[in-house]
Amino acid sequence: MIEPGTQAPAFTLPDQDGNDVSLSDFAGCKVVIAFYPQDFSSVCGDQLSIYQEVLGEIRERGAELIGISVDSSHAHCAFREHLNLKITLLSDFHPKGETIKAYGAYLEDRGHANRSLVLVDEDGAVEWVHEADTPLEIPGANLIFDALAASGASA
Amino acid sequence: MTSAEVPPLGPDDHVTGGGRETVLYLDLACPGCAAMWPGLRERKWRLCFRHFPMASKHPRSPALHAAAEAAGRQGRFWEMCDSLFEERGRVDDPHLWERAERLGMDLDRFRADARLDVVAARVRRDFESGLRAGVAGTPAAFADGRRVEL
Repeated sequence: MIEPGTQAPAFTLPDQDGNDVSLSDFAGCKVVIAFYPQDFSSVCGDQLSIYQEVLGEIRERGAELIGISVDSSHAHCAFREHLNLKITLLSDFHPKGETIKAYGAYLEDRGHANRSLVLVDEDGAVEWVHEADTPLEIPGANLIFDALAASGASA
Repeated sequence: MTSAEVPPLGPDDHVTGGGRETVLYLDLACPGCAAMWPGLRERKWRLCFRHFPMASKHPRSPALHAAAEAAGRQGRFWEMCDSLFEERGRVDDPHLWERAERLGMDLDRFRADARLDVVAARVRRDFESGLRAGVAGTPAAFADGRRVEL
C-alpha cells in the first residue's frame, strides 16, 4: 500500500458516464479514494451505501469521496442506480487495475482491489491510508472522519 | 462522526427482555434484519434496539423508523417493529396508518408524531452512534461494548 507523505499517483479514469476524471481535478480540496473489490457484491454494496449516507458530512469538511474498482463504466452506472448512490465511481478497467496497482491496493491473486481508503490532501500528497485486513471487512465511515479530523478539516 | 465507543444503555433506549445485554443496530427495511428478527426476538437476552436506517439503499427506511418511534410514543414500539419485519411488502404511508390502527393506536397522534423533528433526531442519534462505532451494515450487534457475531 502506498505510504503517507508520498505524492499520490496521478490518474485519469472514466466515471460511470464515461467521462474522464483526473486526480488533478480535485486539486485544492481533499479527496478520499475508496478502492473496493467489485460492484454488486453485497459487502461492497454496504460499504458504498454507508459512505453515501455521510457524503454530505464529508463534503461539509471540504473533502470529496470517490470510488475506484476494476468494473466497467456501464457496471458502475447500473450499480449507482441500484443503490441510489451519488458517489462518483471510476473505472480502472483498461489496462485492468493500473491505478489500483499504482496505489498498492491490488490483490493479484483475486484480480481486483482490496478494500482500501486513501486521503489525498489539497496538494496531491497522500495524507492517510487504511487497508482492510480482508476484502470482507468494511472500513467504517468513522475512519474517514477520524482522518479528516486529524488532517484539520473544518467542521 | 469520529470514532467512539458504543454508548451504554440510556433511559430512552428501546430495551426488552432479560439476560445478557446486547445492543443491536437494525434497519427496518433490511431484508437480512427481517430474516433474523424472529430468532433475535426469541433469544434469552436483554435486547436494545437502535435505529440504523440506510436511506440510500432503502428509501423507505427513514419513514419506517419514524413510524416505529411514533408507535413507541403510544407504547407499541416492539409491536410495530414486529409488524414491519414480518410484513415487508406494504410500507407506503397508508399501509403504516393501517398498521397503527390495527395495533390500537390513536391514528392522528401517530401520524403527527411520525413527522416530529424530535423523532427524526432520535433516529439520527442512534444512527450516528452506530456509525461512530464502525457499523457499516445491518444487522450489527455489540455486547459489553464490543462487536459480536449474531
